[in-house]
Amino acid sequence: MVEGFRSPAESTYWWIQGHTLFLMIHLLGLACFLYIAAKRLRPLLRAQADVRFDRPLQRLGKVFQFWLGQWRHPRYPAAGVIHIFVFAGFLLLATRAFSLILGFSDNSVSFGLMGRIYDQVREYATTVVFFCMVILAVRRLVFKPARYAVPPKFGRGHTGDAVFLLALIAILMLADSLFEASKLAAQAQQGQPAEALAFLSLPWMLEGALFAASWSTLHTIYLGGYLAHDLTFFFLLCYRPFGIQFHVETSLFSIFFAKLDHGTLKPVRWGIPDEQLDQVKSFGVKTFDDFTWKHMLDFYSCADCGRCSDNCPANSVGRPLSPRFLTIKARDYCFTHYPVVGKAGNGVALIGSIYSEDEIWSCTTCGACEQECPLLVEYIDKIVDLRRGMVDEGKVPQSLQKPLKALESRGNPYGKMEKKKADWTKAKEFHDDCQVTILDSGKTAETLYFVDSVTSYDDRMQAIGRATAKILDRVGTNFGILGAAEKDSGHEVRRFGEEILFMALRDSNSEAIKASGAQRIVTADPHAYNALKHDYKDLPPVEHISELIAREVKAGKISFHPADKDKVYTYHDPCYLGRHNHVYDDPRSVLDAIPGMNRVEMMRSRDRSFCCGGGGLMLFYEPKEEERIGVKRVQMAAEAGANVIVTACPFCMTNIEDAIKVAGLEGKMTAIDLTELVEKQMVREVSNESETAVHGG
Amino acid sequence: MEILVCVRRVPDTSENEIQLNAAGNDIERDDLVYSINEWDNYAVEEALQIVSRIGGTVTVATVGGEDDEEVLRREMAMGATHGVLISDDAFAGSDARGIATILKAFVQKGKYDLILTGVQAEDGGALVGGMLAAMLDYPFASLVNSIEVLDQKALKISREIAGGNKEINEIDLPCVLSIQTGINEPRYVGMRGIRQVASIPIPTLGAPELGLDPQSIGVSAAKIQRVDYFTPAMGKGAEMLQGSREEIVEKLFELVAAKGGLK
Amino acid sequence: MSRIFAYIVHKAGVADDSAMELAAAARKLDPTASVTAIIAGTAPDLDAVSNGLRNSYGETWKINNEALGYPNAELVRQAMVKVLPAGSIVLVAHEHFGIDLAPGLSVRLNAACVSDVLAIDGLTGSTLKVVRQEFGGQISAHVNCDISGGAVITVRPGAFKPLETVAANGNVIDKSSEVGVLTAKRRYLGMVVAEAGDVDITKHSVLVSIGRGIQEKDNVAIAEELAEALGAAVSCSRPVVDAKWLEKSRQVGTSGKTVKPKVYLACGISGAFQHLAGIKGNPFLIAINKNPKAPIFQVADVGIVDDLLEFLPEFTNKVREMRSVSTK
Repeated sequence: MVEGFRSPAESTYWWIQGHTLFLMIHLLGLACFLYIAAKRLRPLLRAQADVRFDRPLQRLGKVFQFWLGQWRHPRYPAAGVIHIFVFAGFLLLATRAFSLILGFSDNSVSFGLMGRIYDQVREYATTVVFFCMVILAVRRLVFKPARYAVPPKFGRGHTGDAVFLLALIAILMLADSLFEASKLAAQAQQGQPAEALAFLSLPWMLEGALFAASWSTLHTIYLGGYLAHDLTFFFLLCYRPFGIQFHVETSLFSIFFAKLDHGTLKPVRWGIPDEQLDQVKSFGVKTFDDFTWKHMLDFYSCADCGRCSDNCPANSVGRPLSPRFLTIKARDYCFTHYPVVGKAGNGVALIGSIYSEDEIWSCTTCGACEQECPLLVEYIDKIVDLRRGMVDEGKVPQSLQKPLKALESRGNPYGKMEKKKADWTKAKEFHDDCQVTILDSGKTAETLYFVDSVTSYDDRMQAIGRATAKILDRVGTNFGILGAAEKDSGHEVRRFGEEILFMALRDSNSEAIKASGAQRIVTADPHAYNALKHDYKDLPPVEHISELIAREVKAGKISFHPADKDKVYTYHDPCYLGRHNHVYDDPRSVLDAIPGMNRVEMMRSRDRSFCCGGGGLMLFYEPKEEERIGVKRVQMAAEAGANVIVTACPFCMTNIEDAIKVAGLEGKMTAIDLTELVEKQMVREVSNESETAVHGG
Repeated sequence: MEILVCVRRVPDTSENEIQLNAAGNDIERDDLVYSINEWDNYAVEEALQIVSRIGGTVTVATVGGEDDEEVLRREMAMGATHGVLISDDAFAGSDARGIATILKAFVQKGKYDLILTGVQAEDGGALVGGMLAAMLDYPFASLVNSIEVLDQKALKISREIAGGNKEINEIDLPCVLSIQTGINEPRYVGMRGIRQVASIPIPTLGAPELGLDPQSIGVSAAKIQRVDYFTPAMGKGAEMLQGSREEIVEKLFELVAAKGGLK
Repeated sequence: MSRIFAYIVHKAGVADDSAMELAAAARKLDPTASVTAIIAGTAPDLDAVSNGLRNSYGETWKINNEALGYPNAELVRQAMVKVLPAGSIVLVAHEHFGIDLAPGLSVRLNAACVSDVLAIDGLTGSTLKVVRQEFGGQISAHVNCDISGGAVITVRPGAFKPLETVAANGNVIDKSSEVGVLTAKRRYLGMVVAEAGDVDITKHSVLVSIGRGIQEKDNVAIAEELAEALGAAVSCSRPVVDAKWLEKSRQVGTSGKTVKPKVYLACGISGAFQHLAGIKGNPFLIAINKNPKAPIFQVADVGIVDDLLEFLPEFTNKVREMRSVSTK
């Protein structure tokens, strides 16, 4: 202790005893914070139920990976690394902060060697955090990364608020450093044995600067530093719940309670089984209270980093949707209608006030936003819930009403007759080569090939069906199709909010699948794949055709002719095969098994793949956009140096082939489905019945 | 305002392939899906929008059988307050005049300020609305594409006429209007909505309840009767250009140039 | 045989083209009967029309009444009921006025009513057999009408080939005095003329017309490019306007514009009657459609079964290529 340096608690600040002053500040600050936190908790208590307390160990694992491990942050390296430093700094300094506050003094937990090591570490932490604040402020003010920009329709910019927060944290660091530096400078002046400060740390530098200051100046700085730290600390504590910095408190919870079952959709109401849905008065989210408490927590937890919108395909082409602002607007609504001071407001319809109908219909459910968010904020469930609400009120765009009505009457969005569903198998040349069994009248098969609507009825996509059938045939699979009994998987029907129609399709298909006796299901349509795997219950295991082909290739049952020398292939990961179901490697291993395959990767691949524009009902929707999503994707392929895009989804194929024309790349770029390519390149055995001659690519 | 909308269940033109049956005397009815006549759906939506603005109820009624109840339910799921099935074996074979006669009897059992029908149904007749109006001695307007309620006594309407022009009229209530497609954007009716109205009882009224003289309805009274369906023998039709696309493009260019198509 | 009357619609002193079509229909109905034209309106337009009809109809009845300055079907109906003898057969064109007039008129006259007739097969006693279409033109039907008590028949415009001159110097009989005062519970207020739009398709002699087959708004550009290469304009059918891919001013058809081009390319248009009714003057009609069974191929001069999204760009290239050659 420094001679004459009374601790802040023992000093007198103006006319108040330090001890009293700080007790007041702490109690007041804490009380304020608790009051604010209670107010913030209020809407969550009125919210819909959510099931988030199950599998606690798995959840803890997520906390370790994403909260402690900051797993998602390095995806944007500059901001990511800096945040990791700041976050680490915060954790390390937490002990310091508490000891300062509780101790009313500078008696840190400096007992023994551990204590001294901690002190050194935290001094560096303070330094790093401080300079990170400076770097971040410069970044915001000078370099202005695009994803932080606020389009005018969403209000004024957030830069001022961001810099204000950065400044506050910087002040916190500075105050602490001055507090410490001043004391040590005084100690040094008095010739006392110095508690060494970490070399080149901020306190160290300040100590150097203060070395020559007068004793009283140092004492003032000492006391002032503590007060400043205290006030800033509690100000921040109470200020954070008013903005994006609330994530400091809520992130732990938003990550702990994050969704574990990817690819699944939230049911209409947790805890209400399908049979009881008739009793639910209102479907979906219409007012703010209709959100679940976890979704509201998500609104609080958004850090406004903009990574979601930066990766959103709808946003990139100028559709009204920006995931970031979906969250920010909801959060602002919550702050306004559930204010800390004042009365809670009544439920206002969200669609028509903070959201527009087109905004919510614009989403392709690709999941890129959810993939990027460092706080594991969920979007798809919210969009689907908002759509459920609109469907419940009859607010469906005219362009979608026709296919929905057709799905209801005919089981497919085109309104084509059920009895024509298997017509694709009857194409003359194909039929001579490969007879596809239709599993009707009690016929059964070991494997069911679930074809789904687009492949069955679309003239172009029928080729995928035929290629798939040929492949299954060639590897000796005992398979069949449901034919007229197969209805649309209902994948997009569900994601567009028509839950009851989806259930009707699901139940009808489930029955037909059971009747087929199939032990496993294979499909070439990732949307059907996702639906059968995640939306349906009690089905035999489902596989995508690429997984099957990969396995057969590995087992040596499929080999290939060499690839075309002047073709450069790139593989486009379909959202519902890749991102939602993590099937990235199988399609690639299949392609790489083709001798002489010249394959390049697009910059955006695997879980960063860029959606083609969406499938199912999205093909019927008429969005307001500046350009087509597919066109952007095709340009990415061209940039990667490819002239053939390989994809594994009929909707991707539709959008990409269309985009090639619109982008003016006809003749320079082609698209082919994985099944079509495999079927083309496959080496066929020459049988005694002199089957089709082997022909290469 | 009490609004009655007369609706009809028809084979959906976009979800069916209308073809002659094997016997060649009727259309193939085996695999048909039915829905509400598109024009009638616009009429119901219009009625719903009117009562949401000024209050009142919407009643949907159809002349048909049990199978036709489903469109009544669908429109009730959309928001119509009442649904009525007007059914009797004696009605079978009625022509448009007969249907109008039946509807007139129904209308006179209630009190409706406004009666809407669609401009036409799948047979393209466009007759029932106008006939009903004349029988009731109500004013009539067809091809209505906009309705503004002036007061309890009159409406301001617009009719779709040639050239995209609109003919503005004032019409006294009660009246009959036939509604053109595109007048509004009908709301969506989901399966959930239909389930919710699945068990609402729909009253059925027959000839005795309506006090109808059997001579005035049904096949015996019908002056118009469809004899058969047929697909006309293909006339000469177009000269179909044959060949590869390149060849066709060449040929077409020559033809277009010859006919003065290059300006 | 009952008298046959043809109600003639007119505008600005000129009778509608359907006048001669109705005469042809009447001839088909009963070759022996003479048919009387009925017109209603106010002088001087009415007189101009009646004079014009002298060369087409042996007899014309005109009804001049101040209430009929604008043709209001409610009033016209009243007038006609006063002058028509019992059991009359009335023909009227199936368009916006006929649709308004016919059903109510048939009730007032206690006559049979059949609408949108395409062809008249013949009369057997008092049963008239006609041809109609149903399901948007997908199928045809023979229909029997009992005309013993008279009939009101609306005739599809363009279905009957207009007769060449029929009569010379027909009579005009003024029936105005038999009508009395006309009142109706529907009053004409005015007209809202469709917005001009940037392009007047009625002034172009070559039209590239698109229908549902264009599939989406972005593909409209394909048609615009061809139109540009040809020096033509882009027009369309109703579904394209309903989907808001083009403005209403581009629509050809009964509820759109009537055009009289020299060359008409119908791309992805099925050939529904309402659209074809807007094409007059018998242009050289080229149909491009993926569906070989599309009704348009019945009426086109030249047909191409192909995907218009693939065909049009190639054709555009050809036109551009040939035109750049010819300017050398």
